[in-house]
Amino acid sequence: MTSNRREFIKLSALAGGGAIFGFQVLVSCKTDSSSKMIEAALPDPDQWFDLSAYVKIGDTGLVTIMSPNPEIGQNVKTSMPMIIAEELDVAWKDVVVEQAGLDTDNFTRQVAGGSQSIRFGWKSLREAGAKIKHMLMQAAAKRWDADIASLQVSDGIITNSAGETLSYGELAAEAVDMEVPETVDLKDPKDYKIIGQGKTNVDMEGIITGQPLFGLDFARDGMVYAAMKRPDAFGMSLKDYDDSATRAVNGVIDVVKIGDKIAVIGKNTWAVIKGKKALQATYVKSASLESSDDLSKKMQEALDQLSDEPKRNDGDVVARMDEADQVFERSYEAPFLPHNTLEPMNFFADVTDDKVELIGPIQTPQWQRSNVAEALGREESEISIMMTRQGGGFGRRLYGNFVVEAAEISNAIRKPTKLIWTREDDMTFGPFRPSSAYKFKAALKDGKITGYHLTGAGVKMRNACREGFFPAGCLADLRIDSHSIDSNIPTGAWRAPVTNFLAYAEQAFFDELAAELGKDPVDLRLELLASAQKGLVGEVEYDTDKMIRMIEVAREKSDWDNRGDKHLGFSAYFCHNTYVAEVAEVELTEDGPRVKKVDCVVDCGLVINPKGAINQIEGGIIDGIGHAMYGDYAFEAGKGSMNNFNQYRLIRMMEVPEINIHFIESHDDPTGLGEPTLPPAGGAVANALHSATGKRLYRQPFVKELEVLG
Amino acid sequence: MPQYTLQVNGQSRQVDADADTPLLWVLRDELHLVGTKYGCGIAQCGACTIHVDGSPMRSCSFPVSRVGDKKITTIEGLSADASHPLQQAWREHDVPQCGYCQAGQIMTAAALLADTPRPSDEDIASAMHGNICRCGSYPKIKQAIKAAAKK
Repeated sequence: MTSNRREFIKLSALAGGGAIFGFQVLVSCKTDSSSKMIEAALPDPDQWFDLSAYVKIGDTGLVTIMSPNPEIGQNVKTSMPMIIAEELDVAWKDVVVEQAGLDTDNFTRQVAGGSQSIRFGWKSLREAGAKIKHMLMQAAAKRWDADIASLQVSDGIITNSAGETLSYGELAAEAVDMEVPETVDLKDPKDYKIIGQGKTNVDMEGIITGQPLFGLDFARDGMVYAAMKRPDAFGMSLKDYDDSATRAVNGVIDVVKIGDKIAVIGKNTWAVIKGKKALQATYVKSASLESSDDLSKKMQEALDQLSDEPKRNDGDVVARMDEADQVFERSYEAPFLPHNTLEPMNFFADVTDDKVELIGPIQTPQWQRSNVAEALGREESEISIMMTRQGGGFGRRLYGNFVVEAAEISNAIRKPTKLIWTREDDMTFGPFRPSSAYKFKAALKDGKITGYHLTGAGVKMRNACREGFFPAGCLADLRIDSHSIDSNIPTGAWRAPVTNFLAYAEQAFFDELAAELGKDPVDLRLELLASAQKGLVGEVEYDTDKMIRMIEVAREKSDWDNRGDKHLGFSAYFCHNTYVAEVAEVELTEDGPRVKKVDCVVDCGLVINPKGAINQIEGGIIDGIGHAMYGDYAFEAGKGSMNNFNQYRLIRMMEVPEINIHFIESHDDPTGLGEPTLPPAGGAVANALHSATGKRLYRQPFVKELEVLG
Repeated sequence: MPQYTLQVNGQSRQVDADADTPLLWVLRDELHLVGTKYGCGIAQCGACTIHVDGSPMRSCSFPVSRVGDKKITTIEGLSADASHPLQQAWREHDVPQCGYCQAGQIMTAAALLADTPRPSDEDIASAMHGNICRCGSYPKIKQAIKAAAKK
C-alpha cells in the first residue's frame, strides 16, 4: 500500500524554522576544500518544493536537507544529512543543510545523547533519501512515459534510455504529487559517493566569520535579558531579599521572585550581571548540607555490602573468594565534575496568551516541551522549540532547568526574554557528574582468576556498573553489585555516563591484576576473551571477536611487544556500541611525567564522515585525559568548591599528546563516536604513568594523586 | 549614560554604555557583533579574544571606557571575505567541533602570526595556552596554524 505524500509527511511550521534566526542559512556545504576552490553550487531557486519533512528541492535543483537532531559539536548536522544525500543521489555541493526544530510528528528521537544519533538514524535517514529519489524518478517516468526501471540517476540528474536528461529541479514540482513508496531499495555500500568521504562541517563559514549560530547569539527586537540568583548551596532556601541596590543599577528593568530564585531583568547582559551581584538575599537551611567527604564515606561503606539484587551473578563468587589462594582487591574513587560547556546555559523564551516560543541550545527538546508545559500549565501543542547550534553539550544540556527558568521568567513578565547563566552559575548549579567509587576483587587460585567481583557506588546513580561489558561472559563466577547513595546534590549524565570513570578503574585494575599474575596485560585480556569465545557465560553486550580484533590491532599499531623502555599503558573498552583501544605513552620530563602519544584503534562499523569521526575521536581522548589528569570538584556544606576557570583546570594545548587513529575497516552498521573514545583514555594514561613512575593511581584527578604520592 | 565612539572593524560606531561595561557586551548586545564569545568573564578562557591595535585582548575584562580611539578588530572584521590564511586553514583542516571557542582561537592565532610569521610548535602552544577548547580540537587548531603560517 502506498500513501499520498501529504499523509506521509506533514511539514510542520517548525521544520522551516531556520529562517527565524534572521541570518543566512544557505552557507553550508559549498566549501568542501578551500575557499579559493569553492565548487560552484546550483543557483538559489525562485521556488522550493517540500518533498518531505527532511527534503526541500528548489526549481534550480538546489536541495535543502533538514537535520533533525541537536548539534552539540558531535557533527550530526553534517553526518546525518550526508546519509540522506547519499540515497537521494544528489551532489553534496548542491545541498544546503538547515537545523530542524522539535517536530515529533515527523521526526523520532530528536536527542543528542548516548552516541546514538547515527546508529538509530542509519535506516530511517537512508530510507528518507531513497523515497524522495523514487518520487523524482516516478515524475520523470511519467513525463517520458517510460518504465522507471529504465532510468538512471546520478548527482540529481535522471537519464532515460534515449540519453535525455531531467534534473531534480525540473521535476520537483511534479514529484510532490507522486506516491510515496512503502519500501525502497537502498544502495550497495560499494556505490557510496558521499558516505565515507570526509565532508567539512556544514556550519564552517558561520563559525569562522562569527555569525550568530549559537543560543547565546540569538536576539530579537524587544527582547529583554535576564539573570537568575539561586540559593547559594544545595539544601538552602530563600528567606528574604532586598533588591533596592539592584533596581538602582543602570539598565535594570525589574526584579521578579520565582520560587526560591530571583530573576533580574534588564536591557542588556551587563546590566543583569551587575544587578544580580547587587542583590542582597538571605537563605536558610531547609535540607541537609552535604559534603563530598561524607558522601565518600557512605560510598566506601557501600562497597563492602552485597546488594539484595546484584546486577549480575554468575556462579558463586562468594564461594570462590573463600576458597581462593589470594583475593586481589583494589578500589578507586572519582570526584563530582561540572560539564563546563564553553557556551554557558542560556535560552530564549517568549510566552504569550497564544503560544510559548522557546529557542536555544538543548539536547532534549521533546523532554523540555513537557517540562515547560507542566511548569506553566500550558498545552504541549502551544509550545514550540527551535534548537540553535550548541557550544558543547557533554550531557549538561540533557537537563533543561534553564529552559524552564527562561519560560517562567517570560511568563512572569510577558516579554521575549533571554536568560543567561554566568560561568559562575554554570559551574555551581549542576547537575554534576556523580562522584562514584568502585571496588574490584579477583579470586586467584593456582595462578588463575577463579572469581571476579565488581561493586560500584555512586551518588544517585541508578546503575554505577555495566553488567554486560567485558569481562562479564569470560568467567563462570562473576558478580556485579551497584549501590546508589542518596543526596540533594543534583547529578546526571556526563559524557560517557558511568563508563567515563568505571572504564579507567577497570583498565587500571586489569593492569595491576596482570602484574600480580605475572602476565602481560594484553595477554590477560586475550586469555579471558579466548575463554569467552569457547563458551560465553550468560549474555553480554559486546562481540568477543570484535574485542579480540581491536586488542590485537592495538597491540600491533602501538608496537606494544617491542616497547622496550618506553612507558606505555594499555586500555581497551567497549561502550556505546563501539570498540576502542588506546595505548598511551608517558615520558618523564624535567617538569614531571607527560603524556606524549596515544595510539587509538576504533571499530565503529562503517565510518560516515572520516573528518568528523577523527575530530570526535581526538576530542574524546583529549577530554578523557584532561579530566582524568586535572578534573576536580568537591562539595562542602552543600556548596561547590570552584566557580570559574581560574580555579577549575581544563586541559590546554600544550598538555595534548600526539594522537594516531586507526579505524578497523568494517561494513557493519555505523555506531556513534561522541563518547566511546573518552572512557579508555584515563586507564591508558594511568597504566603508562605507572610504567613511568612506579606509582598506581586510585583516584582522579591524577595530578592531585601524584602530588600526594610525591 | 556615557556615549563612546569606537573604531570597530574599520568603522566608527557610537554606543551608549556604562563606563564599566566590558567591551565584550558592547560588541555583542549593542553592536550585534556576536562572533566574540562569552566564556568566563575573567580572562581565563580566551573565547572573547579580539584585537586592540593589533594585539590580542580579552574583551570580557576590557571596559569600554578604556578603549578610546584604539582600533578594535573582531572575528567579523578579520578579513573582508573569510579569506584570512587562518580562516582558509580552518576550513581545510575542518577544525571546529562545537565551534564556540573558535573565533577566540582564530583571533589569538592571527595575532601570533602577525607577530611571529613562522612560529615553532612551542611558540604556538605558548601563544594558544590562554584559549580553552572544551571539545579538544587542539590538534586541528595546531595543524591549521602551521598550515596558515606556510602561506
